[in-house]
Parts: sequence; C-alpha cells; structure tokens
Amino acid sequence: MSDNTAHDEPELVQLLTPEGELRHHPDYPLDLGAEEVRGLYRDLVLVRRVDTEAVALQRQGELGLWASLLGQEAAQIGSARALRPQDMAFPSYREHGVAWVRGVDPRELLGMFRGVTNGGWDPAEHGLHLYTIVIGSQTLHATGYAMGVQRDGATGGDDGTAVIVYFGDGATSQGDTNEAFNFAAVNNAPVVFFCQNNQWAISEPLERQSRVPLYRRAAGFGFPGVRVDGNDVFASLAVTRRALQHAREGQGPMLIEAFTYRMGAHTTNDDPTRYRVAAELEEWKRKDPILRLRAYMAANGVADDDFFAAVDAEADKLGERVRIECRALPDPDPLDIFHEVYAEPHAQLDLQRAEFADYLASFEDAGAEGGR
Amino acid sequence: MSVITYRQALRDTLRAEMHRDENVILLGEEIGVFEGSYKITEGLLNEFGERRVRDTPIAEEGFVGAAVGAAMLGLRPVVELMTINFSLIAIDQIINHAAKIYGMFGGQNSVPMVIRTPGGGGQQLGATHSQNIELFYAFVPGLKVLAPSTPAEAASMLRAAIRDDDPVLLLENLGLYNTKGEVPDDDESVAEIGRAAVTREGSDITLIGYSRMAALGTQVAEALAKEDISVEVVDLRSLRPLDRQTIVDSVKKTGCAVVAEDDWLTYGIGAEIAASIQEGAFDYLDAPVRRVAMAEVPLPYAKPLENAALPSTESVTTAIKETLSAVGKRVG
Repeated sequence: MSDNTAHDEPELVQLLTPEGELRHHPDYPLDLGAEEVRGLYRDLVLVRRVDTEAVALQRQGELGLWASLLGQEAAQIGSARALRPQDMAFPSYREHGVAWVRGVDPRELLGMFRGVTNGGWDPAEHGLHLYTIVIGSQTLHATGYAMGVQRDGATGGDDGTAVIVYFGDGATSQGDTNEAFNFAAVNNAPVVFFCQNNQWAISEPLERQSRVPLYRRAAGFGFPGVRVDGNDVFASLAVTRRALQHAREGQGPMLIEAFTYRMGAHTTNDDPTRYRVAAELEEWKRKDPILRLRAYMAANGVADDDFFAAVDAEADKLGERVRIECRALPDPDPLDIFHEVYAEPHAQLDLQRAEFADYLASFEDAGAEGGR
Repeated sequence: MSVITYRQALRDTLRAEMHRDENVILLGEEIGVFEGSYKITEGLLNEFGERRVRDTPIAEEGFVGAAVGAAMLGLRPVVELMTINFSLIAIDQIINHAAKIYGMFGGQNSVPMVIRTPGGGGQQLGATHSQNIELFYAFVPGLKVLAPSTPAEAASMLRAAIRDDDPVLLLENLGLYNTKGEVPDDDESVAEIGRAAVTREGSDITLIGYSRMAALGTQVAEALAKEDISVEVVDLRSLRPLDRQTIVDSVKKTGCAVVAEDDWLTYGIGAEIAASIQEGAFDYLDAPVRRVAMAEVPLPYAKPLENAALPSTESVTTAIKETLSAVGKRVG
C-alpha cells in the first residue's frame, strides 16, 4: 500500500556515492570535464574554509553571529554552478556557498554578520539578492520577481532568465512558502524552489515539519518535485541545471529537495548537542561532500596530490585574508542609522538626523571643555 | 473643474498612471473580472489585459509578497487589499519586508510599491471588517502612509504614491468612496508626501483629522461658522511622514485644539498629535488638547450600536464647544 507518506522509501537522485563512485541516472546526465570537476572541488574547500574561519571569528568576538553552512557545501555549490549570469537567486541566510559562486566577496558577508554594514553588493550585478532572515519570506519575493520576468518576456527560450530561491526544511511549514508554491504554479512562473533539507529547524527534526517527504509537496501544487542527494555536488548541479532549464523555457516551477545535513549548529547561538545524538552526526560524516569528491578525483586521475595541496594552500591564504579583512572592517558612523530608511527624502527623518547630529556634537564640545 | 466621486478620482488616476508608465501593474484579489469589491479597478482588466491587471489567489501575504519581489525587479505594483483588515494577514510582508528591504539590503533595492486599501466603519460590516488600523503602518519607519479625505486629494496622493520609490500605503475610506468634490480637469497634481494642509482657516480653535474625520471636520466647521465659531481645520493627509509643523503653527494661532480620529483612543493617532502639540506649542495652549475617537470596543454590527461607537458630527461639535468654554471663549 502506498499512502504517499513518509513510510515510502523516497527516490534520491545521486550521481556520486559517499564512497566516490559515479552513478548514472537516465534523467540527469552530467558530462563534466576534469577542469570543471577540479573547479567544483576548489569551491567546496574554499567555502568550507571561509565558514570555519567565520565560526572562529565569532568565537573570538569579531562577529555578532554566524550561520554555518558546514555539510551543505555541495547543495549550494552544485546548485549555484547551474545558474547562468542572467539568472537571479534569492538566498535565505546560510547561502555563503551561493554567494561565493555569484562573486560576492566573503568580506561582504562578514561585514553583515559583524554588524558594520547591511550588505551592499548590487543584486543585479551578481544575480544574487541580499540575505533574508525571516523564514521563508523570500520564496514570495522570488515568485513575484519571476512573475515579473515572465511578464517582461524574458523567459520561454534557451536564453531565458530563471529565478532560484533557497530555503530550508523549516520554511516549508510557513504560509509564505506554500503561497509562493501556489502563486508560482498558477502563474507558471520561472522559479526553482531549492529546499536544503538539512534535517533540523534549529531543534525541531523533520518529522515535526512534515508527514510527507518534502519534494512530494510539489505534486499537490501541480509542478514537479525531486529529491536530490544534497551532499553530492554532481547530482545537485545536474538536477538544478535541469530545473532551471525547465523554468527558463517557460515550463514553470520545480521543487528541489536537497537532502543534506547541518553538521554544525543552527547559528553560533545554538548548541545542537542538547537535542541531537552524536551517532547521527557520525553517520553523516561518512557522507561528507568533499571527501567523496576527493575520493572520486583521486581514484579516477582527475587530480593529483599537488592539486589537493595547492587547494589547501589557497584555502590557508584565503582564511588569513578573511581574518585580516574582517578585523579591519571599519565601524559605521552613528549617524548612519538614518541612512537608507527611505529611498526618497523624508523631512521628519531629516529633522531627527539633525537633532541627533547636534546631540553627538554636544559630546565633542564637552570634550573640548575638558570633559565637563 | 469637474465634480466627481472619491471612487472615480481613484479609478481615473489609476488608469492614467497605467497609461503613463508601462511598469505600473495591479495585483490583488477580485480586481480583474470582478473589477474590485469597491469598483476602483472597473474597466482596467478590459483595457490593459492580464499582463497589467492580475487576479491572484486569495492569499494576501502571497500577493503582497509577490508585489515586493516584482518591485525589486523594477516594476511598480499597485496592490489592492480589499480592506485594511485583510492587511493583518500580510503584515509580515509589509512591515518586515516592504518597509525594511531598502535598509537591510544596504540601499541596493528600493521597493516602489503601493498598497491601496480602505478602512472605515459605519458600513455594518462587523467587528473584523471595520477596523481602523492604519496606526500599525504609520508606526513603522520605512513605510509611508497617506490618507486622502477628498476626491482631489485621492487623485494627487495616488499619483504621488505610485511615483514614489518607497512603499506607500494609501488609506482609502469606505465612507468616502461616494463623496463628491471638485477635481481639476486634466489634473496632473502630485501631492507632496509628508505635508498636512489647512483646509479651512479659522481663529478660535484647531480641529485636526484625517480621512473621514477630516471630511467630517470640514462639515462641523461649516456648521459652527453659522454660530460665529471660527474653526481652523487641519487635514493630516500624511500619517508618515507626519507634518508636525503645520499642526503646531495652527495651534499657535488658535491656542486650542481638538483631534478627531476614527481609530481607538488609547495609543491612537490622536495621542501622537496631542504629544506633538504639547512639544511644539505648550506655551500657546489655553486648554488641554481634546481627543474624540471611537469607543474602545470591537465595532458592533447592529446599526444603532455602530453609530453609538463611532465619532460623529455631534461628538466632535461637543468637544469643540467644551474646549472653547474651558478657554473662556464665547460659544453659541
């Protein structure tokens, strides 16, 4: 009996096993040259290093917070490498790998988590929107954006524009996400819903979020859903490439559930040892996205020891740069609180800014008078 | 000059703005085939087609959120929420996203969208459909809230809202849709956002209101003129940004004030106005600022009870006369 619940064994698209062996999948062929494979490996290692450094910087008091992507590198790098320059990605707050691929310098991310900037990369230039912190809200933004793309006639061919939106397993319970699924479906909007199911919404496991495997939600809304091994960079790339093509050709939305695992804490404010068992972590360590790719590359002559050593050296250098640049980020000026509240002039705010400037200046005057 | 209704002024302006700017699109429930619950979008689907006028699924958070995304693409979505009461379902997208994206995205993306929505009691729509909760939005930096009280204001404010690069909530009013007023022919006026107006000059007392209460205030002032009481009427027009200067200047002239508001008294917009007056014109005040607001109850459905709960010509008139008595000015 199949009642379409979690009791069924869901299909998982996998092109690279945890042992590093290639698997063929008839629907998702992938033909990568050695250079591209080495590029993916380099991406995975470097974003993991940025992440490791950021966690350490937070522990040292240099960042207010960090949301680690540890364990989710392949889902992010694979999916983002499937994007074309004209495509637009809407991240949540953990998509440091996507930002890396879209050419956003790690310094920009650290600035946000250090709290010295609200970000500042140009979404149009990078094809990546800024991080959204509220859970699932960006699914609607992406859908509305995609409806606009569709309206502008920028979809419907091989050179069309597609939109991708990243969210987590917890976000699938939000009304926004379900409304986005429905809006995208009825409008046939060119948007790919990329759900990184990392098994945990802070302390709540997947069985608290959903009775059915998440990818099956799509069927109820009337578009395809697929579960991919999110720790397999090849499968993540191939499946996302196909979903983006589906969208850019005007065939409407798709849902990808990247089945992965959050190896670290939800954020640096969280201690996952309070709610999950060590054995689970050990099991997922054996499915590590970087180890399996390295095993494949070594066994198939895609790269030699010199290559792996060079990537490690590059990671060391990047880590050092990240540390130095993070500490050197300047504090913002207190008057900056009034910046960027409105795009247009606002007399009421200008008045408050002037009053606050006078207030700040009063301390300078006091200083000039010997602190009294 | 033509005399048209508030409804017609909104409809004409919306249509003209859609002709002016291809990027102006309409999103909402029942706005296309049904032409809007209050017929503001009448004829627009036929004229502009589905590419510009889109009936959405019945999900306010959904279409407001989609409008935020469309605005980030560079479109200028005008969203209709059937009533401001339904904005409660979309409040996260309004307050946490529309209002904050410009700042939280480091100034990279403005959100040039308009939310058109009517408030207003007095229509026997029951407690969940008759609330005046514009205060929620007027409270939030990043949003702009406009509240026209006449057909001419409705036209110039809708024009301003659509052309502004920030998210604007345009508060319409069920009780005003059928009211008539003069609108210039070939009107192209664009309201200055953040500017109140002295809509009637007077010398004895300042009466401050917005939306239906500004319209009602004008009627009260006209009636009291026959009793030789000179009421200056200030129409707030913009709830955020708030034009404190115009209010303060008027009170400095008259020495006393009544605020009429269709929302609840406690923490209501009148409280902010009264505070602004004491900050800006304390030495000029000859009497406490009086507030006239809705009774602090869920608005009843039964007509006599609804009337009892809402501020009225009588309650505003009484407040004005009592304040003038306290000041020692002669009242008719």
